[in-house]
Amino acid sequence: MADLTTDFLGISSPNPFWLASAPPTDKEYNVRRAFEAGWGGVVWKTLGAEGPPVVNVNGPRYGAIYGADRRLLGLNNIELITDRPLETNLEEMARVKADYPDRALIASIMVPCEEAAWKTILPRVAETGADGIELNFGCPHGMSERGMGSAVGQVPEYIEMVTRWCKQYYDRPVIVKLTPNITDIRKPAVAAKNGGADAVSLINTINSITSVNLDTMSPEPSIDGKGSHGGYCGPAVKPIAMSMVSEIARNPETHGLPISGIGGITTWRDAAEFISLGCGNVQVCTAAMTYGFRIVEEMKTGLSQWMDEKGYRTINDFAGRAVPNVTDWQYLNLNYIAKAKIDQGQCIKCGRCYAACEDTSHQAISISDDRTFEVIDEECVACNLCVDVCPVEGCISMVEMQPGEVDPRTGAVVEAEYANWTTHPNNPMAKAAE
Amino acid sequence: MAHGQTAPGIVSGRLSSDEIAQNFSDLHPAYEPHEAAVAADRCYFCYDAPCQVACPTDIDIPMFIRQIQAGNPEGAAQTILNQNILGGMCARVCPTETLCEEACVRETAEGKPVEIGRLQRYATDTVMAAGIHPFERAAPTGKSVAVVGAGPAGLACAHRLAMLGHDVVIHEARGKSGGLNEFGIAAYKTTDNFAEAEVDWLLKIGGITIETGSALGQGITLDGLRESHDAVFLSIGLTGVNALRAAGEDKAGVRDAVEFIAELRQAGDLSALPVGRNVVVIGGGMTAVDAAVQSKLLGAENVTIAYRRDRDAMGASRFEQDLATSKGVKIMFNVQPVAVHGNGAAAEIELEYTSGSGGDLTGTGETVRLPADQVFKAIGQTLEGAPEGLALDGRKIAVTGPGRTSVAGIWAGGDCAAGGDDLTVTAVAEGRDAAMDIHASLSA
Repeated sequence: MADLTTDFLGISSPNPFWLASAPPTDKEYNVRRAFEAGWGGVVWKTLGAEGPPVVNVNGPRYGAIYGADRRLLGLNNIELITDRPLETNLEEMARVKADYPDRALIASIMVPCEEAAWKTILPRVAETGADGIELNFGCPHGMSERGMGSAVGQVPEYIEMVTRWCKQYYDRPVIVKLTPNITDIRKPAVAAKNGGADAVSLINTINSITSVNLDTMSPEPSIDGKGSHGGYCGPAVKPIAMSMVSEIARNPETHGLPISGIGGITTWRDAAEFISLGCGNVQVCTAAMTYGFRIVEEMKTGLSQWMDEKGYRTINDFAGRAVPNVTDWQYLNLNYIAKAKIDQGQCIKCGRCYAACEDTSHQAISISDDRTFEVIDEECVACNLCVDVCPVEGCISMVEMQPGEVDPRTGAVVEAEYANWTTHPNNPMAKAAE
Repeated sequence: MAHGQTAPGIVSGRLSSDEIAQNFSDLHPAYEPHEAAVAADRCYFCYDAPCQVACPTDIDIPMFIRQIQAGNPEGAAQTILNQNILGGMCARVCPTETLCEEACVRETAEGKPVEIGRLQRYATDTVMAAGIHPFERAAPTGKSVAVVGAGPAGLACAHRLAMLGHDVVIHEARGKSGGLNEFGIAAYKTTDNFAEAEVDWLLKIGGITIETGSALGQGITLDGLRESHDAVFLSIGLTGVNALRAAGEDKAGVRDAVEFIAELRQAGDLSALPVGRNVVVIGGGMTAVDAAVQSKLLGAENVTIAYRRDRDAMGASRFEQDLATSKGVKIMFNVQPVAVHGNGAAAEIELEYTSGSGGDLTGTGETVRLPADQVFKAIGQTLEGAPEGLALDGRKIAVTGPGRTSVAGIWAGGDCAAGGDDLTVTAVAEGRDAAMDIHASLSA
C-alpha cells in the first residue's frame, strides 16, 4: 500500500492534496469540513491587512465554460481576498490548527508592497501556529488594480523584495504563489528564490473573460451590465500550468526549488502528472468547487492504486521523474520516425481522421467505397492529429519505424542514431558534428 | 361503462379514460433543451456521414445536429426542412432504427446511436411551435400543377412547386388532408393532432389549394386535369386491401387493419372505440404492429400477431416487434390463417404452421386455434383505381427517374409508384424530386 504522506518544506501532511487559497478555504466551517473529508492541507483564503476588510461585488462572481453535458471545463472569478476581519480569520486559523495538528495549514497573505505592512502582519500570522505562509502575488483581478496580487507577481524585483522581508520577519516556510499572466515564468521564480523563498506555488488564475452575453453585450460574469476580467482556472488551464511548472523545474537556476502545483487538478492522474513534473504536492480548488470536498477520496485512492501498480512506495519515488524528459524543441530526435496506424477492428468508420487529415493536414488518409480508412505511409508525417480527433481511444496509434527501414515518405533509411536540429544541415546555425 | 378487459365480444370502454390517455401518450416524448444538448453532443460530425447516406431524403444530419449543439435549433430546422418538408412527422414516424440510427457510427461502436429522430423533432418542433414557416414563394410562374392525393408525397410535391412559384391544386378523396400521416399511423407516434397541424403549417407557403372529396373518377379525371393544368402529380396511395383467402373471412369481426387504424386516429374519444377481447392481427408489417399495439392499448385482453414467415422476414423492424411485445402483444411466427370460425361472428381463428422461406412457403398441416372475436387483416395494400393509360410495374405505377410515368406531363410518387420503400420519408423524397423535375420541365 502506497504511502501518500508528504513532507513539503518540513510541513507534513497525510496526503499531497491541499486545498488552494480560494473561496473553499475562507473560514473555519469549511476548513474543518475539508479536513474531515480527508484533505491533507489547506491554504487559507488570502488575508489582507488589518482594518476594514475588502468588499466584494454583490452580483455574480463566477463565469464558466462548459464541455458536453455542461461539464465545467473552466471557471473564472472576480472575488477578492477574504472580506472578513483579519482578527476573525486569525482566531479561526489558530483553533483549526490546534484541532488538526497533522494537517498542513498555510496562511495566504496579500498586503501592500511596503515593508511595514508585512512586518505588521507576519507576527500575528505566526501566532496562529500556521505551518507557513503563501504570498499571493497572483490574483489578476481587483487587487492588482491596487498594486497587489499579480501587480507584484509581474515585477520580479518586487517579488524578491517582499520575499526577503517575509524571510526576515517570519521564521517558518515561505511559499511564493506566482501569476501566469507573465511572458516568462522563470523570471519570477528566480526572483522568489533569490529572495529566499522556500518554495513557489503555481499557477494562480489567468486573466479571462469567459463569455459575452450577446443580448446585453456584457462580459460574464456581469455586474449591472458591466464585466471585468476574472481569474481563470479549472481543467482548461492544466496544460498551461504544467508547462510553467516544468519550466521552473528544469531551469538550472531554480531546479530543485520545491513547487506546489496548482491548475486544473481534478483527478488523481492530474496530480500524478504535476508531481512527475517536479511538484512536491498539489493544490486543488475548482474541482472541489464543482464537486464538493468529497472528491479528495477519489484522488487519494486513485493515486494510491496507481503507485501500487507502478511500485512507487512514496510520493518522492516518482516526483520529478518526468522533468528530465522535458526539453527544448531543438533537442528532439529528428531521426525518430513514426507512422499512424489504424486498427480496422476498432474503427467505427466515422471518418473524422479522414476529414482532419484531408482538409487540414497532409492528405495521408484514404477512404474507400466501403468507408475503410487507411493511412498512406507515403504522405504521413505522424502529426498525430488523426489520433487526437479519433473518438475511439486506441484505434489509431503511432508506430515507430525501426532503424534500417525506409520511410516511404522521404525514401530515406531510418537512422538508429539520435540527431537533432542543432546539427541538421538545414539549420544555418548548425554546429558541425564532431 | 367500463367493460373491463375480459368482457366478451367487441366492446368499448375496456379501460378507463385515464388509462387510455396514458396508454396513447407520446411514444418518444419531446426533448427538453438540456436533453437535446446532451444528445447532440454525442454526434461525431462524421465525414460523408453514414446516417445521411441512409436517409431517403438526404438530410444533412451532422449539420443539423451541430446546429442544435450550437444553440441554433431554428437553423437546424431549416437544414432539415430544406430536404424534407415533413421533417416533423418523419422525426416521429421514421423507422430510424433501420435508417439513420442504424447507420450511426455510435450504433456500431456502442449499440447506442445518436438519437437522430428525437433531435430532428426537437428542431422542427421549435420552429413549428414558434409559428415560423422558413420558406418563401418565388415570383409566380403562371403555371399550375394538379396533385392527386394529399398524403406525404403529394404534400411534399405541392410545397416544393408552390415554393418555386407554381400554383398547385391538390385533390384529396377524403375529407381531410394528410394521407397516412393522418389516417394510417399509430396514434402514440403522432399525438396532439400533429399531422393536421403540420399540414396547416406546410400550407403557409401559399399557392396551394386543397379540394377534399375529390378523386379520380369522382369529380375529376386524369384527362381533365391534364387539360386544366400544366402538369399532374399522382400520389394516390394504395387504397385496396389484399384478401385473406381464408374460409370465414366474411364473418363479423374480421376487418382491415388500415380501416381500424384510420377510425382510431379520427376518434374523438378513444374510450368509446370498441375493440375485441381476443384480437388476432394477420400480417407482419408496420400496419400489423400499429393495429396490434393499439388494440392492446385500448384494453384488449389478448392480442396476437400471426405472421406467416420467420422473424427475420418480418417487415416491422425489431424495434417495432419489441415495442409490440413490451405492450403485451404476442407475436407468432410461421403461421398462416386457414379459417375463421364462429357462428356469424368470429370466435376463433385457425392457423396453420408453415415451413420454408421466400416463395417456397408451405403449410405443414399442423394447425392451432386461437380465440378471436376480432381479426385484423394487415397483409398489404394494393393500388386501386389506377388511371388507364399509365404503364404499370408489377402492381404499381411504373416510373423512371424522378417519378416520370409513361405519359408525358404526368408524374407519380409515394406508395402508388413503383420502387422505394412504402415509408413516409420515401414518399416525401419522391414528391420533392418529382416537383423539381416538373419545375425543370415547366421552366424549359
